[in-house]
Amino acid sequence: MNILTNKSEFRGEKLSAGGALPAPGSIRHEGSRTVRAGFIPLVDAAVLIAAAEFGFAQREGITLELVKDVSWANVRDRLAFRQFDVAHMLSPMPVAAMLGLGSNPSPTIAPFSLGRGGNAITLSTRLYGLMQQEGGLGAGEDALKNARALAAVVRSAQAAGKPPLTLGVTYPFSSHNYEFRYWLAAGGIDPDRDVKLVVVPPQMTSDALAAGAIDGFCVGAPWNMVASERGVGRIVATKQDIWPSAPEKVIGMRPEWAETNRETVSRLIVALDRAARWSDEPANRIRLAEVLAEERHVAAPADIIRRVLAGEFAIDPEGNRRVVENYLVFHAGFANFPRPSQALWTYSQMVRWGQASLSRQGIEAALSAYRPDLYREALGKDAVPAGADGSRLEGATDGDRFMDGHVFDPDRIDDYIKSFTVGAKGRVQNPADDI
Amino acid sequence: MTHRDLTILVIDENAIRASIIEEGLREAGHGKVTVIHEVHGVARVIETLRPDVIVIDIENPNRDMMEHLFQLTRTVGRPIAMFVDRSDTASIEAAVEAGVSAYIVDGLKKERVKPILDMAVSRFKAFSRLQRELADAKSALEERKLVERAKGILMKMRGLSEEEAFALLRQTAMNEKKKISEIAQSVVTAAGLLIR
Repeated sequence: MNILTNKSEFRGEKLSAGGALPAPGSIRHEGSRTVRAGFIPLVDAAVLIAAAEFGFAQREGITLELVKDVSWANVRDRLAFRQFDVAHMLSPMPVAAMLGLGSNPSPTIAPFSLGRGGNAITLSTRLYGLMQQEGGLGAGEDALKNARALAAVVRSAQAAGKPPLTLGVTYPFSSHNYEFRYWLAAGGIDPDRDVKLVVVPPQMTSDALAAGAIDGFCVGAPWNMVASERGVGRIVATKQDIWPSAPEKVIGMRPEWAETNRETVSRLIVALDRAARWSDEPANRIRLAEVLAEERHVAAPADIIRRVLAGEFAIDPEGNRRVVENYLVFHAGFANFPRPSQALWTYSQMVRWGQASLSRQGIEAALSAYRPDLYREALGKDAVPAGADGSRLEGATDGDRFMDGHVFDPDRIDDYIKSFTVGAKGRVQNPADDI
Repeated sequence: MTHRDLTILVIDENAIRASIIEEGLREAGHGKVTVIHEVHGVARVIETLRPDVIVIDIENPNRDMMEHLFQLTRTVGRPIAMFVDRSDTASIEAAVEAGVSAYIVDGLKKERVKPILDMAVSRFKAFSRLQRELADAKSALEERKLVERAKGILMKMRGLSEEEAFALLRQTAMNEKKKISEIAQSVVTAAGLLIR
């Protein structure tokens, strides 16, 4: 019954082109609190799934109806077309939407971040072997050394006239895309010229690697571990190595929906906050892993998910292991707070790689994608980090460094982008330029 | 008859459904229709074909690959996802329910695109109806077989005529508010336990 009420409610609303929704003619109760949430089967949807499965949403009077989807493009479109009220999204997606990038940009905001971590870069065992031979790589080197060894392989392949390596990411506006590019560039590889970046859906990454269709990929959990346990890949960097604080997934919603359902948004944020705290407790992670493993959620083996949650990595087929501290953080260290400086960092990467150009309006659009005000309204000021608006220098403290030591100052984006030797340097990918 | 000029690319892993759509497009007078069943190599297909409209099934996870392609390929105009007219919520819902998504080169008049999408939606629906009917027909056949077997068992064990055996099954089903096939299943199961 709830679902019906809700559906007819959003059918009745009219979308006005690009602007705010006109106020409803009569006072309307927010009524039904069934919230339909789209998600992609990944471990970083944990907080959303936990909120639905362990009673956190129910306690706030919300019925969370989870809908599993197959592509980020679907998630974006179904949110835009009101099939979903909220969605598990890549953190760059709302930023891209507000900047008008992509094939269906529709206003999207993120008032809650689902946590940090979970990504890693995996290269084929064949390629890793070349890195050991030609790059003089020892065992268990760090992420930067691995990147430099790959650069050596890339250069000798170029000299020999071999075709470029094909590397997979999951979506053009994804943390994976920017992290992979960051890592490649830090090693001295131009991701647009020296290698070929393609998109591979997460669940297909390990098969694509095994089939030789790609030579490596950057993807979220559990797919790196799946590839390394199958013996087809070697994990060469984790998100922790590239930038520990990098935001991963967020909860996205239409600003007009948030406006007309303010109380529901507040309650949802409270429910997600409780679910995130619960998910961070090591004692709860066995139950969490079991629920995530189910067919209707991530549909991957429970023991792999348990190890992913613990950050226990089988980094290669020989069974070498590495424990990554805080590999997946769902709440600690303000992991749920949508930090404006991180929306701007994402924008800086879009500019760095030619997806967008830098402008005052661009900065404002990127900032409008993150809504710390809604977070604060729901959880109170104690839940919010100190400082004017929660913005900060990114990568400036120990335990939060970028792999190449750069520091991001949100007030000096231009200088930051120029400080990198590898970047698109004005090669803006705007198809309109060609016409 | 300007619509004849539109170049249409259909990407569907389901070959039967794809051919149903292709046929529909050809019937509607579209001559430039290309169908591919796998996304591998689609970049080259798009670059050479330069389609105005791309129809792709919504369950295809490779949609994200298309997004990437549109971001990079300069030969493709500026494709927009799904529908030109965003206020047309009924069409959007119909498309999503049917499982159709589409990309349209920006600037294309919606009057030209809408019939194509409507056609794709109705063909997708027809396809799933066909599948449903096939499944229904299969289970109807199974049920009929089951009733036949139950009738045979009753005729043999209780010395009933065929009509009497059927009447008994039907009466029992009515009394127990169950389907006749369910009663037939019970008879068959019970017979399997009791005899032999």
